[in-house]
Amino acid sequence: MATIVTSKKACAVNPLKMSQPIGAALAFLGLDKCMPLMHGSQGCTAFGLVLFVRHFRETIPLQTTAMNEVTTILGGMENIEQAILNIYNRAKPDIIGICSTGLTETKGDDVHGFLKLIRQKHPELAETALVYVPTPDYLGAFQDGWSKAVTALVETLCEPVPKTVWQVNILPGSHLTVADIEEVREIVESFGLYPIIAPDLSGSLDGHIPETFLPTTLGGAKVAQIKQMGGSAVTIAIGEQMRPAAQALEARTGVPYRLFDRLTGLAANDEFLDYLSELSGTPVSTKYRRQRGQLVDAMLDGHFFFGGKKVAIGAEPDLLWQMGAWLGEMGCEIAAAVTTTHSTLLEKMPAEEVVIGDLEDLESRAAGCDLLITHSHGRQAAQRLGIPFIKMGLPLFDRLGAAHQLSVGYRGTRDLVFEVGNLFIENLPEHHADSWPLPGESHETAPQAETCY
Amino acid sequence: MSALTRKVEMVFNEPACPTNQGKSDKERKKGCSKPLTPGAAAGGCAFDGAKIALQPIVDVAHLVHGPIACEGNSWDNRHAASSGSKLYRTGFTTDIGELDVIYGGEKRLFRAIREIIEKYDPPAVFVYQTCVTALIGDDIETVCKRAAEKFGKPVIPVNAPGFAGSKNLGNKLAGEALLDYVIGTEEPAVTTHYDINIYGEYNLSGELWQVQPLLDALGIRVLANISGDARYREVACAHRARAAMMVCSQALINLARKMEERYGIPWFEGSFYGVTDTSQSLRTIARLLVQRGAQEDLLARTATLIEREEARAWSRLEHYKARLKGKRVLLLTGGVKSWSVVSALSEVGMEIVGTSTKKSTSEDKARIKEIMGGDAHMFDDLPPREMYRMLKESGADIMLSGGRSQFVALKAKTPWLDINQERHHAYAGYEGMVELVKQIDRAIYNPIWAQVRQPAPWEMED
Repeated sequence: MATIVTSKKACAVNPLKMSQPIGAALAFLGLDKCMPLMHGSQGCTAFGLVLFVRHFRETIPLQTTAMNEVTTILGGMENIEQAILNIYNRAKPDIIGICSTGLTETKGDDVHGFLKLIRQKHPELAETALVYVPTPDYLGAFQDGWSKAVTALVETLCEPVPKTVWQVNILPGSHLTVADIEEVREIVESFGLYPIIAPDLSGSLDGHIPETFLPTTLGGAKVAQIKQMGGSAVTIAIGEQMRPAAQALEARTGVPYRLFDRLTGLAANDEFLDYLSELSGTPVSTKYRRQRGQLVDAMLDGHFFFGGKKVAIGAEPDLLWQMGAWLGEMGCEIAAAVTTTHSTLLEKMPAEEVVIGDLEDLESRAAGCDLLITHSHGRQAAQRLGIPFIKMGLPLFDRLGAAHQLSVGYRGTRDLVFEVGNLFIENLPEHHADSWPLPGESHETAPQAETCY
Repeated sequence: MSALTRKVEMVFNEPACPTNQGKSDKERKKGCSKPLTPGAAAGGCAFDGAKIALQPIVDVAHLVHGPIACEGNSWDNRHAASSGSKLYRTGFTTDIGELDVIYGGEKRLFRAIREIIEKYDPPAVFVYQTCVTALIGDDIETVCKRAAEKFGKPVIPVNAPGFAGSKNLGNKLAGEALLDYVIGTEEPAVTTHYDINIYGEYNLSGELWQVQPLLDALGIRVLANISGDARYREVACAHRARAAMMVCSQALINLARKMEERYGIPWFEGSFYGVTDTSQSLRTIARLLVQRGAQEDLLARTATLIEREEARAWSRLEHYKARLKGKRVLLLTGGVKSWSVVSALSEVGMEIVGTSTKKSTSEDKARIKEIMGGDAHMFDDLPPREMYRMLKESGADIMLSGGRSQFVALKAKTPWLDINQERHHAYAGYEGMVELVKQIDRAIYNPIWAQVRQPAPWEMED
């Protein structure tokens, strides 16, 4: 049980947190033929764009309502209308995902109302889905934005539809990478189930080479698929942040949900595969039985190097929980845990305290640790502290293949054991003749050396 | 009219700007930024521009007053290099919450300044205004003034909230902040007849250090580089320079002009990109310094240095000339000035199939025309789809652009080189020109191109 501490500083130093609207925008980027639109000044979008381009190394469709001082004060109705029409005319997307920003929330734009008026005025938009999510920058963090966007998506698009056999919904949290989602899909499909994954970054931001250049996303969850989610047998939510969306889906369509707060670690995956096996009435396949064995073996081989190691983690609540809980299971001590926003998971962390704060808070607690885990912005701290550093989360702008880092499933966990374990091995202390000096007074007990002739 | 509106109007009406002077009185009143099209706009905001221009003052704390988005989503993302203090790479923000929006964020800002001074003791704190805190009416000028009095340290307000306009406007507002609060507030220990200022050189990837040795060899001292690898004290002493060079033409033109008006520092617009431009800039610096009282022999020494260094550069480029002759380049950039790169690439015999002139002045465009001949494709702004089409149709061998459009080239399986602010290589001076050509050569001749263009065996027709 951890105590939750909120940093009392007036000045955040070296932010760990990113803002809600870009979390929401990323969720929209996991939809096919989508254009995310941020309702704010152009800089809000430009920063998000640069951040995602550097992380994914992909083209990022992202637009702005380009608010200025005057339009902010007069209200953004006209800008939203123009933006939607421009996007519609240029890109013909299936869906436009709109998120507000601190600027337009401070003004208090009634975007829901605007959208109603725009719908009435422009019947040509009838076939274009418009999803709006309020995401002020001054509240919550990145994963909250993602969570709210998926909830808004479900509330706007999902309705009760006839049941489709073998169909299940998967709502992945923002902490799952492209590779993680692919792994989950493969596991679910191995039971003969047909998953609808939303959002699905593994379709849109996996690094494929399209035949032509498109102004919208290419790949990801289709609007038509999302509309079919009401016909699934169950919803599988991955990460605590997905609970509101899963609940909203249940409330609207009656599809029950099961939440897995992480898919890293032996027990967590046993639970997941056992559930899928029961749900489908299909036994776990040889492939995953083998993978389970490999993970158990990796844990046996690796545990020597994990036991007693002190780890400092800076991550959003769901990723913090995924890594912290798993490292705890491997015998590590979570000596410092810093996160960005509230979550019911925080007090369950195997650590004395969890700080809602910044990388300065993490750095000040991480001295003497054996490992630092956070996103790329931890690079300066890791260098100053001189401790091994594993980059996880978003952004990872100084790494290739950020989207393809795998950390879920038996296989993902096995590879994590190797990656982290190898880093511990590389940093095993070397012993010297004077590594174990006696305390001062012990020297006095030594007899005077006799001189030999 | 608010102080910010007045400033913006003043900055827009820039007498030293040829574009502005070419306009009628009525047009001039509208200001120089085109209204943005919602749903079809790109680029950073005024806050972004101000931060870019000032952040390379490396020993001060840059504090962003606003919600987490403005700093949290963007910090530590440029390669402006420092030879000393790393404090500029520390992200400071008030990270205001909902209650601050309701009750005002001024007290939080004041406490944040205190925390920074207590923990980091920088020579100064720069405070950046953002949209939300501007909208709720936080008066950062007054908070900065109070904090400066209380803590006995310069606390500089930078009033360029994002919604004021574009990145370019932000650059200029940053220049205004320096003029209003920093420049002229300290005196250098010694001054010489060989002191210059450089405006608009951000020392990205250490480019200043490719030029600095040339200046050192001539005995010329950079008193203040505004701003790249700069120290607060240097900027505060900038008013004692004898001459100045403005590097990035549109960013800090207001600063250059006002430095001349207030302190009599003559300036010129030059570039360190390309062999000829570098030489031309060195000659002009020398000439201006001599006019202001430096020894006449500086001119001859400069000529000798140029001759020697140009010869060295050409001999190093010789190897590439044969390999790159006739290779076709598509150039899409705003940051690094198009014409200077155009002239540089022409020097090694490359053919420019098109260039963007988004941020270029009409003078720049004339220069490009002169170098490229009449048949050059020049365009203001190119949507990605058009870019992709042009790349395919022109048969370009390489595209040079900023990071955000790189995937247009890469997905078209065309070599690409980053020449904007996120780049890792330094391309300034004679040294940088050799490096640029070397990188272009590396990109074009990389063996992967043949492999990735080969379709999968099962996609081949028999």
